[in-house]
Amino acid sequence: MDKMNILKEWSYERTPIDKGYVRKNLHVNVGTPAIEIRDISQDTIDKFTGGRGFDLHLLWKAVTEDTKWNDPENEIVISGGPLCGITQYPGTGKCYAAFISPLSDQTYDSNSGGYFGPLLKFSGFDAIEIQGKSEKDVIVFIDGDQGKIQVLESPFTDINAYTVTEALHEYFAKDEADKINISVVAAGKAAESTRWGCLNMSFYDPRRKVARLKQAGRGGGGTILRDKKIIALVVKYSNVTGTENHPVDLRTLQKVGVKIHKEIHDLDDKQCSMRSVGTAHLNEIMDEYHLLPVHNYKFGQSPHIDKIHSSVYKKHFTQGMADGCWYGCSMACAKAVDKFEIQTGPCKGHVVTVDGPEYETVASLGSNVGVFDPKWTIEANFYADHYGVDTISLGTGFAFVCECYELGLISKEHTNGLELNFGAAADLMELIHRMAEGKDEFALAVGQGIKRMKSIFADKYGADKNVMEKIGMEGQGVETSEYVPKESVAQWGGYYLTLKGPQHDEAWLIFMDMVNKQLPTFEDKADALHYFPVFRTWFSLTGLCKLPWNDVEPADNSYRYRPQDAAKVPEHVQNYVDVFNAVTGKNVTKEDLILQSERVYNFQRVFNVRMKKGNAEHTIPMRAMGPVFPDEWDARKEYYDGKLKEFGFNPEGMPTEEKIAKLYEKRWGQWLELKKAVYKRRGWNAKGIPTVKKLKELGMDYPEVVAVVEKYSRPEDELE
Amino acid sequence: MKYLKTYADKCIGCGKCMEKCASTYFKENNENFSRIKVSVMGGLPNINVCNQCGACINVCPVEALYRDKNGVVRLDNKKCTSCLMCVGFCPTASMFFDADAQPQPFKCIACGLCATACPTGALELQNS
Repeated sequence: MDKMNILKEWSYERTPIDKGYVRKNLHVNVGTPAIEIRDISQDTIDKFTGGRGFDLHLLWKAVTEDTKWNDPENEIVISGGPLCGITQYPGTGKCYAAFISPLSDQTYDSNSGGYFGPLLKFSGFDAIEIQGKSEKDVIVFIDGDQGKIQVLESPFTDINAYTVTEALHEYFAKDEADKINISVVAAGKAAESTRWGCLNMSFYDPRRKVARLKQAGRGGGGTILRDKKIIALVVKYSNVTGTENHPVDLRTLQKVGVKIHKEIHDLDDKQCSMRSVGTAHLNEIMDEYHLLPVHNYKFGQSPHIDKIHSSVYKKHFTQGMADGCWYGCSMACAKAVDKFEIQTGPCKGHVVTVDGPEYETVASLGSNVGVFDPKWTIEANFYADHYGVDTISLGTGFAFVCECYELGLISKEHTNGLELNFGAAADLMELIHRMAEGKDEFALAVGQGIKRMKSIFADKYGADKNVMEKIGMEGQGVETSEYVPKESVAQWGGYYLTLKGPQHDEAWLIFMDMVNKQLPTFEDKADALHYFPVFRTWFSLTGLCKLPWNDVEPADNSYRYRPQDAAKVPEHVQNYVDVFNAVTGKNVTKEDLILQSERVYNFQRVFNVRMKKGNAEHTIPMRAMGPVFPDEWDARKEYYDGKLKEFGFNPEGMPTEEKIAKLYEKRWGQWLELKKAVYKRRGWNAKGIPTVKKLKELGMDYPEVVAVVEKYSRPEDELE
Repeated sequence: MKYLKTYADKCIGCGKCMEKCASTYFKENNENFSRIKVSVMGGLPNINVCNQCGACINVCPVEALYRDKNGVVRLDNKKCTSCLMCVGFCPTASMFFDADAQPQPFKCIACGLCATACPTGALELQNS
């Protein structure tokens, strides 16, 4: 690669980290271009903790209530958090990106593995804010070794992620060994033409000698990156040690870390098999419990499950590799398929390493679109990453398209010749390529996401909007991730009473609720829908991955605690308390973790109320609550007839359409009851707006936050 | 392959081996810093020291663990990121750590100094 043209360059003095914090953030305006290194105050640390908390705090100040996703003032803010970059505990390399989303027009936060978050912090910044829009394609390079920041003119004609990432690791490294000191954030062609753009964040795998890509996939961050004409963000910091964060108590970090490394060593094979198959261990478990989305969530099981069983994927994943996406991750779930020959598209014939597929991709670009061919899924996964598009959004979006096609709502005429039935592997792959090419009108419509597809299909193709509203699996403009939530009332909330839409990083309550019957009342469900989303928020504040929390459990967890407490994995919660205190020198308790999280959780909710001008509604599609069509009912006839009887109806002789309508009517009532109970438990009003009282309790009653609440709250909406 | 062969039945638990090891590598007579650990288990002496099996090598994310020309598993402290996964994954729990010594873990490198310090012949440097 030829030497890149430097458009602008700045020097800075790197501030060392103390107890997990640099107390600095880097503001980059790629439009001007200009940079500013700003201080992070003690109050910001106290109230927002770090990571997603810092992101949202900075984003709040950067935008107004009228800011659109593609306005120059919208930012991509990326931050790890005070624990990000420690090496002694698994899952400590995460960073969180926040922005006003092109899908939901409100805040979104999305997390990624890879080395970007830790290396950014080691380079002297707790967070980076990217604002403005460049006129030409640029690369932003942060050199933590030299104390240098550059905006470079992009030389790339192929801007797709693997091409750009591999070239930039090569360009900025002195030699092969130096490549591990670099991380690249890149998107790809499909991020330009869709709202599903993802942020690929790299780390270099010294054994495979390739750049690996992890994704902050959801919410459209990659779309914003390309809208700002950024090809890549690059950070370099060399000679990482295990004490970059300058923790106050290395001894405790070592003790707690070794304890969980041993736990994973001893128990992973017996529990989740994360080290051998990653999250793909869920494939057959989800199928067994009717939770695997098949044909746009119509069904939860498939007779073809054996074709996508984790044992099949295990054969594709190279075994025995140190597959952590940050140093010290003994969970090692970042599986990869090596020496994979691409069959289609611009990379046809190339032999590549593909990151994943994880469970979500196995289901989204697999069972949900009716394709039960792991090689197709692996290739679709490769191209999604390469083109910079989120696999979950893509798969759920395609599943919606397939069902519309099979229902005759859209036809071959609209799809420009593609036959998009469920299972149409070749044509679906072609649709992915067309999305990246960015010329085909239908592919462009699909890339707008389900929420907008419903309008486009109705307006342009005359498709029945009412049917599409029922089957389109989106909430708040965001595609649902890959679990069938129909039969768990608590999971309706876990998906659709969330801050940013139906993803699975707030609460996954299906087993607690549906299988183990531990949440019998609406108050129990509301308690769980308070605790788990708030607790899980804590990972995003501190730079952690959720998986080592409960994808391995101490051997005695299930019998040492009552089931509702066992679900919280108390020993691991204590680990987090110990690790936080060991790094920061504070003396927090497990209750304090909830307080830290609840502050940011409520702040983000007010932020969304602000962006939606008071109408931050929680909606749920009919398909998420039960069958829409008779074939769905009939697939589990006995079960659904039983559910109808529980509501006091006699299903004998009743037409199936009527059964569906009656069940839906009852379940809609449950949804309203759940929503009310959850809002009340969270300290929100009937419109889902946090009360001033709640903000005061949390110490989050900043005047500008209270002003938003007061502006949109009405006395008649009070729940207490 | 060089490794330290142990004869627990000859061990009297005097601790000379640990003293020699810690004093050599960390310049401090502190048994926590020793790369060989002698303890009493069930009333009998137990000697825990690396057998150079190499199970830790593939666990290391930065290839800081390697086998040298003598077959001994060595740790490159400069490459090591102190994650301690090798400690958790050692099948014989013979990779040690102590924050007061250094952030990185440490292990027996089959130098044989402890064997020379042992008064009863409970330790022997072997090449097999």
